Amino acid sequence: MTSQSQIHRGEAITRGRLSIRAAASLGPGFIWLILFFLIPLGIIAAMSFLSRGEDGTVDRPLTLENYRRLAGFGLLGFDPLYPIILFRSFVLGSGTAMLCLTAGLPLAFFIAKLSKPFKQLALTLVVIPFWTNLLIRTYAWQMLLGPGSWITQLAVWLRVIGPDEALYPGTFAVYLCMVCDFLPFMVLPLYASVEKLDWSMAEAAMDLGANRFQVFRHGVLPQIQPGVIAGLILVFLPATGQFVIPDLLGGAKTAMLGNAIQQQFGPGLDWPFGSAVALVSLAVALAGLWLFTRKTADQNLEIV
Amino acid sequence: MVSTHSRWLYGVAALLYAFLYAPIAVVIVFSFNTSRHGLGWQGFTWQWYRALLDNSQALEAAKNTLALAICSTLIATAIGTAAGFGLSRYEIPGRRFFSRLLYLPVFVPDIVMAVSLLLFFSIIRQWLGLFQLGLTTMIFAHVTFQIPFVAIVVRSRLAGLDPALEEAAHDLGANAWQTFWRVTFPLMLPGVMAGGMLAFTLSLDDFVVSFFTSGPGSTTLPILIYASVKRGLTPDIHALSTLIVLVSLLATLTVALLQRRGRA
Repeated sequence: MTSQSQIHRGEAITRGRLSIRAAASLGPGFIWLILFFLIPLGIIAAMSFLSRGEDGTVDRPLTLENYRRLAGFGLLGFDPLYPIILFRSFVLGSGTAMLCLTAGLPLAFFIAKLSKPFKQLALTLVVIPFWTNLLIRTYAWQMLLGPGSWITQLAVWLRVIGPDEALYPGTFAVYLCMVCDFLPFMVLPLYASVEKLDWSMAEAAMDLGANRFQVFRHGVLPQIQPGVIAGLILVFLPATGQFVIPDLLGGAKTAMLGNAIQQQFGPGLDWPFGSAVALVSLAVALAGLWLFTRKTADQNLEIV
Repeated sequence: MVSTHSRWLYGVAALLYAFLYAPIAVVIVFSFNTSRHGLGWQGFTWQWYRALLDNSQALEAAKNTLALAICSTLIATAIGTAAGFGLSRYEIPGRRFFSRLLYLPVFVPDIVMAVSLLLFFSIIRQWLGLFQLGLTTMIFAHVTFQIPFVAIVVRSRLAGLDPALEEAAHDLGANAWQTFWRVTFPLMLPGVMAGGMLAFTLSLDDFVVSFFTSGPGSTTLPILIYASVKRGLTPDIHALSTLIVLVSLLATLTVALLQRRGRA
């Protein structure tokens, strides 16, 4: 053994050889992600400062015009279209996350309280929709909420909507489908936390005279917080950037950031402006991530 | 009080399960409905499934989807497994940065990743003539979002392994190569398989990234379904969707079995 050798997992090895092995295992992934993930994001960032030329080409002059337009100050004066889209996407993302939390909590407690074989079954029943194509689960709501469907008939009968109206397309359809599509993302991490719950804390709170809400707030919630946070993140991120669900179930009035990006890279052919919208979407997603993880620091989410 | 409480919980849970399965159920039911446009039930039929066999577009899309998923999964599983292994083993400078870089794609909205790759491919195409949009660019794109998931699964599998097993192999005279292939790799294999299955399903299900990085002739099933939904729903699309649901169901159960065997 030379002086440079060390023991790594029961094997005597030199520092140099260890570095070679580290490079061989980490290198390909590192290079791949730099090339196909970081550099493309950098290109988006650079592109967002260029201008749109004739016929959808990209032109040299550097400009802040794209961001000015996003903030509502376009060439034709103040136009709140994009600030509204930004706000709407943020509300949709956080609204969906909160609705999923509301629906996910009883489901997670229900599963955690079942006996072992049923627990496995109940959990698998949540995982199956999770793995079923989102596009399919989304377009199905067109049928479920379309004119003449029994849900629509029920809504008409309850006078929620007029006899000639339908529940789709619209904001309601978008929210309903969002919650349905992303509920498994909430239930799985919630369940993992609820499963480990120490009920003696809740009992102690009850013995000390706490009411139901106080028991939940002080005896249960702090314990399941990691699951709540993970669930909120897992729902908020894909919900904010969604373009398929608003595209298929919403009308023109429910355009989100994702639809704006698709519009600019598709028929709009304004890649610099589209890049600016994409960069802002990324910022919204990372801001949400930061907001949700801020309180818990890194003790709960080692992945962030 | 306890019984009314749990009865309430059972009721809510039943409603939520119905809510989760309503869209899947409606697609399956309508794939067997004789009626072409109507919303009412008009009798059972297999005709939409038979129609699929003559639908050359759907068959072509199915072939593309499978080719894309198989190629990208093989590449991503190899790279992701190596990265997951390396991250759990080697304390090197920059490890923290790499770890974050590896997890970041999971948090980036898929549409942002999709358009950034579209831009990247078109710039390279202008400069070098490479990356004509098609199956190849889609494979590159899919591998990019698959790598993190494989690496995460493999890494968590390795974190639960007992280091004494490898030390014992070395003590018994095995060299590094033998130790890896005879001891470490068999132990991490369930994680590699689960990560690979995860990557495979992600690729099969992906619509957004595929939509932006595909070219003429590389339509996949999700793209085909999207286009059909935009044009107007037809029952053969329900039949196609039902088959896709069936495939994901089988994949889910396979992963569940693999994980259970891994834990045992």
